[in-house]
Amino acid sequence: MENLFNYHAIKEWIPYLLKGINITLLIALIAAIFGVIIGIVLVVMTNHKITNKLAVAYIDVFRGTPLLLQLSIIYFALPQIMDRLINDYLNFNISFQIAGLTAAFITFSLNSGAYISEIIRSGINSVDKGELEAAKALGISKFHVYKDIILPIAFRNSFPSLMNEFVTLVKESSIVSIIGIQDLMRRQQIVTSQTYMYFEPLVIIGIIYYVVIKILSYVGRKVEVKLSYGRS
Amino acid sequence: MVEVKNIYKSFGDLQVLKKVNYRFKKGKTTAIIGASGSGKSTLLRCINQLEEIDDGTIIVDGKKINEYKHTALVSKVGMVFQQFNLFSNMTVLKNVTYALTKVKKINKKEAEKLALAALETVNVADKKDNYPQTLSGGEKQRVALARALVIKPEVMLFDEPTSALDPEMVNEVLDEIKKLTKTGLTNIIVTHEMGFAKEVADEVIYMDEGKIIEATNAKDFFSHPKKARTKQFLNKIL
Repeated sequence: MENLFNYHAIKEWIPYLLKGINITLLIALIAAIFGVIIGIVLVVMTNHKITNKLAVAYIDVFRGTPLLLQLSIIYFALPQIMDRLINDYLNFNISFQIAGLTAAFITFSLNSGAYISEIIRSGINSVDKGELEAAKALGISKFHVYKDIILPIAFRNSFPSLMNEFVTLVKESSIVSIIGIQDLMRRQQIVTSQTYMYFEPLVIIGIIYYVVIKILSYVGRKVEVKLSYGRS
Repeated sequence: MVEVKNIYKSFGDLQVLKKVNYRFKKGKTTAIIGASGSGKSTLLRCINQLEEIDDGTIIVDGKKINEYKHTALVSKVGMVFQQFNLFSNMTVLKNVTYALTKVKKINKKEAEKLALAALETVNVADKKDNYPQTLSGGEKQRVALARALVIKPEVMLFDEPTSALDPEMVNEVLDEIKKLTKTGLTNIIVTHEMGFAKEVADEVIYMDEGKIIEATNAKDFFSHPKKARTKQFLNKIL
């Protein structure tokens, strides 16, 4: 057993690995917050004739290409193309380097915005038309219908999907390791390069991911029950 | 109390109401019957502006409905729906107080008093803290009734109020509606319950293909229908 999992050798690296969760959660959290904002903007845009096509195209592109590709474009390609455009053509000398973490925040926010807009839209569509008719028949104003009926019900109905998106973000954030951000995954690679061990650090970060996601799911379910209005 | 004059309504290419004329008598109960797609629900929904008519006039209490402020119209005209349409994120009590506080601007305490009294009259006051999802169909419809009644409308529209109920719950709702027919409220009921129409309605309208085929007092309607189509319809369902 001791040869199979060398706890003794990995022990001193555990605190270092654990710290990676901060970055992982930070990226997921920022992406969730800005994703909701972008998502709402996209929903509003899809409801207007002029902006509809643009919003649809945005959603289509971000959902139709891999996140890793999007991150690579923002982190590697965008500075290069800016450099060519501004410096080569206009003879400036500006540095367009983008910080890894900034690139990660931007990419994950843009990406999750596309997914979250779909979640919000289906949440709003799931509001029973009959309830809206009843509100109209009682003379309730549009403002109150949105505030007291549509938004709370849409939020309740889309909460499980939003939570699911957040969990996905936590897991997907592992790809930021390719641009050198010291999240859980990247820290494992560093530990491996220092100790020549693959198995131990991978198991450790695996457990960390798993436990964090279990906790998130548990909290999500608790909130869901709170929101269910006696439905479940 | 309610009068419709030459009203037309289409949904796209489909003409649902074709020159409908009728004067609903004040304080009386009028049942509207007819096959699905005959336009009876649409006629009802036009009265409180859930549907807008393409042409014609609807007069409520001496005034054209398009001259009312919407909130003023709906405080005269209450409605009960087939699918109850209770607000699913609000308790029973909140469902009933909601329009009182938001539309009538009555303070919360007073609104709750009125709401409880309304729930009391339809025997669901004990469910005031429940959410609609936990109620039976019959209870939901009685709450919906209380929600409409608490506004103290002068006209009450019922759109197939028992069609979505399990058979054993139909009567508890019909009993409450029956009580209402004795209060001087002007009731207009779209229904498939012929026995009920026979029992409580003062007037009956038979509609087919967007037109009123026959309209007369309930007794004559069921015992001596005049039009061939009415007879055919009654034969089919009685």
